[in-house]
Amino acid sequence: MSTRDQQLQAFLDRSPFARFLGVKFETDGEKLTTILPFQDKFIGNKAINAMHGGCTGAFLELTAMAQVYLASDLQRPPKPINLTIDYLRSAKGEDLYAQAVVHKLGRRMASVRAEAWQGDKDKPVTALQAHFLVAEDG
Amino acid sequence: MNGIDVRGDVNFTSRQQDLIMSDPTEREDLMLKMMKQNAKRIMSTVPWAKALGFELTGIEKGRAFAKVDWREDLVGDPDTGVIHGGVLTALLDNLSGVCINTALKEPKSMATLDLRIDYMRPAEKGRTILAEAECYHVTRNVAFTHAWAYHETRERVIATAAGTFALNDITRWASGNEAMELANKMLGGSQ
Repeated sequence: MSTRDQQLQAFLDRSPFARFLGVKFETDGEKLTTILPFQDKFIGNKAINAMHGGCTGAFLELTAMAQVYLASDLQRPPKPINLTIDYLRSAKGEDLYAQAVVHKLGRRMASVRAEAWQGDKDKPVTALQAHFLVAEDG
Repeated sequence: MNGIDVRGDVNFTSRQQDLIMSDPTEREDLMLKMMKQNAKRIMSTVPWAKALGFELTGIEKGRAFAKVDWREDLVGDPDTGVIHGGVLTALLDNLSGVCINTALKEPKSMATLDLRIDYMRPAEKGRTILAEAECYHVTRNVAFTHAWAYHETRERVIATAAGTFALNDITRWASGNEAMELANKMLGGSQ
């Protein structure tokens, strides 16, 4: 684990909501893969055993934020400005994985796209496009 | 079909039932009535909404109101005590879905197509977050919503949301919303 990985791990360990979700991650250089081990509380529609969109959304937001953090030398986690979530398929009641690509890392803003999948990475269940404030004085 | 007894106080005679089935206005009123009677359960029976402590506080035709109390375990950044954005996303998504139900003319199942969230300012540590959602247009297949999260009024908004939802045939897609399933049964729909 690089120093940056350790800093990210330390932040996720300290973040109550990241712990509430139970988010885990792996890195390959600067490339991050997050894992959301399934819990019953994630369900949004019991009738079809589908995860809540707000849960996959929160997981993707954390993933995007973590990838920006890894790609930058920020001391604090970046703040979200806005995000758009595309719900592509219903997320089943099982583990969820995600990766994010930072399209632009400027002095003040970062633009990121993240995708979450279950089983088949080529069939993402949810995608997110987000902008973060990366200015230290923001 | 005789009068259906639905958890207590809605009891329709077959004559009333016929009227509801045939009159579109009555059908709409029934939908909202079912929603209001089941209001407390609409969010609490959704596991993720329950886990985050969402509470539906009111519904009107095409509008819904809810709140979530500040809680230590919902905080994103421990240094500031600010609630994580994901909690707001979930709240506004869920509430937008509920407000669509109140605007529908017949029971439907729905799925979020996309949701755009803008964060205006951080939520303040220790304070309850209020939210409202409005369904401003419905077509055969899609419903459009706006939603707001704030501490006091919409003038000082924490986050706004714009959502589009796919409307699905409730007989083929279980909605997971008991009030909708109930209204569907009462209106003679199959499961």
